[in-house]
Amino acid sequence: MSTTTKPVNQKAWFLILPVLICVAFSAIVPLMVVVNYSVQDIISPERRVFVGTEWFAAIMRDEELHGALLRQITYSFAVLAVELPLGILLALAMPAQGWKSSAVLVIVSLSLLIPWNVVGTIWQIFGRTDIGLMGAALQGMGIEYSYTGNALHAWLTVLLMDVWHWTPLVALLGYAGLRSIPDAYYQAASIDGASKLDVFRYVQLPKMRGVLVIAVLLRFMDSFMIYTEPFVLTGGGPGNSTTFLSQFLTQKAVGQFDLGPAAAFSLIYFLIILLMCFILYNWMQRVGTQSKEAGHE
Amino acid sequence: MNKPKFQKRSLFMLAYIVFALLPIYWMVNMSFKTNNEILAGFTLFPDHFTWDNYHTILTDPAWYSGYINSLIYVAMNTVISITVALPAAYAFSRYSFLGDKHVFFWLLTNRMTPPAVFLLPFFQLYTSVGLMDTHIAVALVHLLFNVPLAVWILEGFMSGIPREIDETAYIDGYSFPRFFIRIYIPLIKAGVGVAAFFCFMFSWVELLLARTLTSVNAKPIAATMTRTVSASGMDWATLAAAGVLTIVPGAIVIWFVRNYIAKGFAMGRV
Amino acid sequence: MARIELDLAHAYRANPQQDSDYALLPLKMTFDDGGAYALLGPSGCGKTTLLNIMSGLVTPSQGSVRFDGKDVTGFTPQQRNIAQVFQFPVIYDTMTVAENLAFPLRNRKMPADQIKQRVGVIAEMLEMSGQLNQRASNLAADAKQKISLGRGLVRPDVSAVLFDEPLTVIDPHLKWQLRRKLKQIHHELKLTLIYVTHDQVEALTFADQVVVMTRGRAVQVGSAADLFERPSHTFVGHFIGSPGMNFLPGSMTAAGFHTAGATVAAPAGRDLSDGDYKLGVRPEYVSLADANAEGALPMEVSQVQDVGTHVILSARRESVTLKARLSANTHLPAVGDSVWLRVMGEHTCFYKNEEIVA
Repeated sequence: MSTTTKPVNQKAWFLILPVLICVAFSAIVPLMVVVNYSVQDIISPERRVFVGTEWFAAIMRDEELHGALLRQITYSFAVLAVELPLGILLALAMPAQGWKSSAVLVIVSLSLLIPWNVVGTIWQIFGRTDIGLMGAALQGMGIEYSYTGNALHAWLTVLLMDVWHWTPLVALLGYAGLRSIPDAYYQAASIDGASKLDVFRYVQLPKMRGVLVIAVLLRFMDSFMIYTEPFVLTGGGPGNSTTFLSQFLTQKAVGQFDLGPAAAFSLIYFLIILLMCFILYNWMQRVGTQSKEAGHE
Repeated sequence: MNKPKFQKRSLFMLAYIVFALLPIYWMVNMSFKTNNEILAGFTLFPDHFTWDNYHTILTDPAWYSGYINSLIYVAMNTVISITVALPAAYAFSRYSFLGDKHVFFWLLTNRMTPPAVFLLPFFQLYTSVGLMDTHIAVALVHLLFNVPLAVWILEGFMSGIPREIDETAYIDGYSFPRFFIRIYIPLIKAGVGVAAFFCFMFSWVELLLARTLTSVNAKPIAATMTRTVSASGMDWATLAAAGVLTIVPGAIVIWFVRNYIAKGFAMGRV
Repeated sequence: MARIELDLAHAYRANPQQDSDYALLPLKMTFDDGGAYALLGPSGCGKTTLLNIMSGLVTPSQGSVRFDGKDVTGFTPQQRNIAQVFQFPVIYDTMTVAENLAFPLRNRKMPADQIKQRVGVIAEMLEMSGQLNQRASNLAADAKQKISLGRGLVRPDVSAVLFDEPLTVIDPHLKWQLRRKLKQIHHELKLTLIYVTHDQVEALTFADQVVVMTRGRAVQVGSAADLFERPSHTFVGHFIGSPGMNFLPGSMTAAGFHTAGATVAAPAGRDLSDGDYKLGVRPEYVSLADANAEGALPMEVSQVQDVGTHVILSARRESVTLKARLSANTHLPAVGDSVWLRVMGEHTCFYKNEEIVA
């Protein structure tokens, strides 16, 4: 990690200009549109009434929203709690070279490449006790299992599906991070008499910190916005036990809201994620470095 | 060098591979069955093995054009994302400039909203510039979430390279572009490989925006796969076959970048 | 502190047939206890391989490594108790300087107060006492290399310290400081130090004895003076010195040494039979002479380079180029002039098949 102070160079702006153009063009204009809608009551394309923060207040008071939000937060943290350690373990276990490394790399990445609606569909069948491998196996072992009838089972199934689907993301990032550690560090640790745990704690984990920050933020964001997979698998049920925030938003937008409240909700949604990510990011930065000169790693 | 705990590690790896492959195996299993057989009962291996599903997909232009369309815009997007992200990541990693930390974090915020939010604005925008139903439109739209990701990943790997290497190269007489291409990029191979794969992956599976902005010419495979519900119910078999086929391009991509990801950082002279 | 004896070879493949199959051609070498040695050579010559064989990171395909007479060929670096400093600083980012230095000792279960004392001694020696509680990752490259070195020195019974081009990432103006520090440490601790480099200045200032290597071979082991005065191989003559030794191909007959279309009287007291030789003479020992002087050749000046403290004069005749290093004060001829340059003297060496014969 380059931790000596970085030289100041305002001309560096030219290097980031292409990125800014691409992203700003894709983001700023739409965002402005959304903000615009969120403070209006759009009764029809011609009739719009400025309502200020009315939608925002109404949303904050909505009890159903609180429920969905709580379920979502629980879900995202459960996801992080399982996928992060599992992904790191997987990254450590994956072979570093040879034909085995290529084979394992491909196998591990397969689940990431399936369109999300297909993932939901696969697990939908997979979990059925009549025609699905997992459902039938569980039933065969004498376990009562129904993801359509039992809320806990539904939760666990959705969680398991997410773990199956997304752990490889953490693992791939971690794996690439590990491969970037020069041999000399392992050699020096060996010369110093370090144990394997020491090597993990003092060499591997610190050097993986950069990629792990990305993994945590990505998984948090994506799990917080998750829609397709649980929707296809359980439809949000039984009842609303697996209705997470995104589905809630869609239900409301399609069913009851119109553009105004939907836009307001989108903004709140965005701000929640932003706040959580900001907290997570800064906390992770501080845990790793205690330098006063902050900088991103 | 770390002598791996042979038993434990391999056992865990094997267990995970089984876990990873089971649902896929089930999908492959389904893809070789007929719908009737799938719904009739539980069989570990198709009773009546059939290639029909694959045949349907590979001969029906509506299906295979979906693959081709997806491949086109995903490839476009990956190339643009990485090309644009490399200099930006270098700037963030090596230099300090006005607003750098804020811009860096702002980039990631573009991934913090469900793309659904941008649906209507994008639709209006691309209709007005006449780029509806083109590959480039989808490729550009996907830049929204892929470019920040690429910048973040690349920056992470670049920060792991000591700045002294850049300076040594200057002393050795390299011009900046030459240094960047011949020395620097090979050092961050793992990062480039991972970033490219993720850009490919996220663009490949993105359904909502791609479907909204296309109708016929550039319709992606993911959209085609949503129309497998017919009067007689869900067409599981064809869906399963399509699902299997969607994995193939990604598997190929990762095969190609495996060396980038596995090689990592190698510095030094004899 | 240990005496290291090497009697080995290292091949890329199982059944080496020819020289190019070897990374290190069979060699026999001894490094005395407490000596400072340098392994010098261009990229790819095998010096890092040799270093890694000594440290235990690589096992030689044939032969043995002995420390104080004991065969350690199968031992790990830890078991050999060596310390190695790499091309780039290798430190534990999450630890402070003090914790970095203490780490090897903690792993040996040394009592805490002894560790503290030892760390203090080494930090003092490296002039890092004031930085002990700083996070190691925030320091500059040269400080980090010192920490790398310190982790090796902190063990009281370290057998040898091996350096693999450790100044590569150090700022040029800090290199000399570190070099001086290394010499100081050597003087104080009397450790066996082995230093790999491709930079002759580093090698010659650091080491008592230099091993010059090329393409898997150790061509000469000697002090800086030996390598300079009597290179035993044309490669050494060429590699050491700036510019390197001049080589004039020619043949010896009764009349004298014929080279560059002229004849020079053979030197007295040398036992040289007739035949083809290469005459080797360093630019430092080539001097301007009067016309037809003994031991001198007529040449035409092709280039005069003023390097500030001295001048490099290049002269040609037929297909032979000769370089002379002259002091800045002499009356310098101009390009195109004819000069006579004395090449024969007591510092002149003769080579046959690249090896020195006289």
